[in-house]
Amino acid sequence: MRRTLRLLGVGWLLQMKMASVSAFEGLLNVLWSLFFATVAFFMFSPDALLYASLGAAVMGIWGATSTSAGSAMQRERRHGTLELLVAAPVDFALVLLPTTIALATVGIYSMVATLVWGRLLFGIELTIEHPLLFALAIPATIVSIGALGFLMAVSFVRYRRAWALGNMFEYPVWLVCGFLVPLSLFPGWVRPISWVLAPTWGVTAIRESALGGESLPDIAMCLGLGSLYVLVGVLVLDRMLDAARARAVLALT
Amino acid sequence: MSTARLFFVGGLTSYRALFGFLSPAIFIPSLLVAPIFQVLLFVYIGRSAGAESDTFYLVGNAIQYAAVPCVFAMTQIVSEERYQQTLGFILVSPAPRLPLFVGRALPVVVNAFCVSAFTFVVGARILDVSFPSSSIGGIALVTLLAAFSCTGLGLFVAAIGLVVRETAVLANVVFGLLLIFTHANVPASRTPAWMDAVGAVLPFTHAIEAARLLADGASLGSVSGLAWKELGIGTVYLAAGYLGLVWLERLSRSRATLERG
Repeated sequence: MRRTLRLLGVGWLLQMKMASVSAFEGLLNVLWSLFFATVAFFMFSPDALLYASLGAAVMGIWGATSTSAGSAMQRERRHGTLELLVAAPVDFALVLLPTTIALATVGIYSMVATLVWGRLLFGIELTIEHPLLFALAIPATIVSIGALGFLMAVSFVRYRRAWALGNMFEYPVWLVCGFLVPLSLFPGWVRPISWVLAPTWGVTAIRESALGGESLPDIAMCLGLGSLYVLVGVLVLDRMLDAARARAVLALT
Repeated sequence: MSTARLFFVGGLTSYRALFGFLSPAIFIPSLLVAPIFQVLLFVYIGRSAGAESDTFYLVGNAIQYAAVPCVFAMTQIVSEERYQQTLGFILVSPAPRLPLFVGRALPVVVNAFCVSAFTFVVGARILDVSFPSSSIGGIALVTLLAAFSCTGLGLFVAAIGLVVRETAVLANVVFGLLLIFTHANVPASRTPAWMDAVGAVLPFTHAIEAARLLADGASLGSVSGLAWKELGIGTVYLAAGYLGLVWLERLSRSRATLERG
């Protein structure tokens, strides 16, 4: 148990450091969030800017995860380390999970930058009614989004162009998870899709804790769905790796 | 004859060889699915904010998304030469530079126009937006001009790409700046004057304005001024990109920095 936690912790820290100094995963993610946040701030009326600011801030976490996590295994493949990691005596899921959570954690930079950007340029004052719940909602959202990234990463293992699939999911998740649009505006058939996506509960938890609502149920849903993604991801990963070994197609060469 | 061959055949060959997005595994998610969701994202944000009509966002984003096939393609077509270690061979060849580089832009313009047209058609079907039949030819023309002008910007960015490593980051930043400054999603009345001034010298701004006027029923003649401005901006960027490439080629020879990126 201790070794597992150490592996997760060291893996997360290492990947976090790598992503932080990457121009694509670090700097661009911050700028990317600011581009969309700026447009959103111009679109909303002043009384809705705090709502927009919190939503846009969480957009950065998903933005940091979708493309990069989708291609996390492809990156290892390109570096020539995928086979070594799969053959290592530790479960490969314990190597991949901290990678995607680290990518989601880098979204913190985007989140902070968006809130500061909104404050300095658009005068959006962030008042947090329940600081403790707010502080709890952020890591819960990050971990669950990282877990969703993990599920994507293992699902796309057989695709050479996995980054494009990950990138394709950036806008849809921004849209249907209610980052900037209330779920009530969508057709009824969209809402069940929103409910099974952890970012929906994450952004609601962050928003509710900041604005004074009840956020604990949302945090619980967020963590519950995150755990489910990890469970499903591990099962999918085992099958994918068994199939890749049997057919000798792990390298996709 | 050889110049024309270099322009058309060489341009198309380079485009097919070096623009990685042409693989269906990338083309479909990045150039067909993503623009539709960008339209839907801003349409719904607009509805949530009580801002503009669905048509406003459809026109703005269908044209603005052409930045991906334009800027990413032009930067890849030049920078990939370096990654495949063929840039040196290209630059020591006696081929005239104008058809060599500008010929690569022609397929980019065609592809960008197709991506915008696809977004217009599918977006309009999903959102149940209709345009006057008399406006369709005019909207197609200004969309083509937008694709041309952004391809010019793409060549300019490609020139910069010869001296920077992170061309993907650079292309994404240009996409983001075009999203903010071209009034694709925010009307000029809501942005400060300095942003309008910046937007006025960028591709798309005039084409988007013209397309919106055409969608409202204006005649092509009444937006001809905007169309000419879009064409002029594209030509200036294309010329700047070409001159930039030639200048950086000379610089890379004199300083031996061709492979620095």
